Amino acid sequence: MAISRFVGTRRLRGVRPFEEIVVEYGPMVLRVCRAVLGPVDADDAWSETFLSALRAYPDLPADANVEAWLVTIAHRKALDGWRAGKRRPLAVAEVPERATADEWRGDVWDAVAELPHKQRLAVAYHHLAGLSYREIAAITGGTEAAARRAAADGMKRLRATVEEKV
Amino acid sequence: MNIQELHARLVADADREGLLDVAYRTVDTPVGSLLLAATDKGLVRVAFDSSGHDAALTQLAEAVSPRVLAAPKRLDPVAHQLDEYFAGRRTTFDVPLDLRLATGFRLAVIEHLPAIQYGRTETYAQVATAAGSPKAVRAVGTACAMNPVPVVVPCHRVIRSDGSYGQYAGGVEAKHTLLAMEAA
Repeated sequence: MAISRFVGTRRLRGVRPFEEIVVEYGPMVLRVCRAVLGPVDADDAWSETFLSALRAYPDLPADANVEAWLVTIAHRKALDGWRAGKRRPLAVAEVPERATADEWRGDVWDAVAELPHKQRLAVAYHHLAGLSYREIAAITGGTEAAARRAAADGMKRLRATVEEKV
Repeated sequence: MNIQELHARLVADADREGLLDVAYRTVDTPVGSLLLAATDKGLVRVAFDSSGHDAALTQLAEAVSPRVLAAPKRLDPVAHQLDEYFAGRRTTFDVPLDLRLATGFRLAVIEHLPAIQYGRTETYAQVATAAGSPKAVRAVGTACAMNPVPVVVPCHRVIRSDGSYGQYAGGVEAKHTLLAMEAA
């Protein structure tokens, strides 16, 4: 992958130990993986993403946009899974009963799982990962405007679903 | 899995794939918290809290590899030996060392230091002679101050010719603690 794409506007700093990247972005990537793949496949996707990131990390420029870089890797891992038929786009029935202690709010995640694929990706990448619509378009394909619309439609639908259930 | 379990799995995967370039952990000792870091070749860094663990990790990321992970297992043998040392049950360390952070004359000094026995001291001038440059007394001071693996490689056993302690990476207080413990 062309790593130069992730050279962004972030402030320049020295080489950061990879541990800092895991601690700072690990929880965000896990939330994104859960939203996109569901809790069952999220663990494997997270592990594959960070192992892949660790391998490529020495070549990442110091001022790279780390969020966009990690989400791009996670997106490709999810895509590989879907293509191989190993992972299907999330089905609600797969969401297991989870203890709420694990920051797992079943109702919200169920609602995320019910979103159309493109909306789910746009919501996860914008609202969970904090990526711009331009960055999302670069990852998922399509235009910046389409990514913005998908995220907005997704959020509208999410609100409606969650309010309905409350 | 929670994030701690995922981290542990990442460390195991990285180790298996040969991507765990620098593993580290900390240990609590009578001279404060020590950062221990190892490559696949051996112990590469011991850092005192006073000089900053974060600074040491950044130095490792820049000088060795940014593939740095908190991975205690690789450091278990040296952590165990440090426990024994601080309990007074061990006088020498037997762990592989990776001295890539010391080069040239500094490396020559570091390589001589383990020859100074537990409970003994040498002066900076004696070490300069032993390292092959009798006139390089000040350079010995610098080499000791920049010892990448203090405590394990005993730069604390090098003192001034007037018997005073001189500088120490972990502070004069820590040097005093170590020498007093070894003299007991």
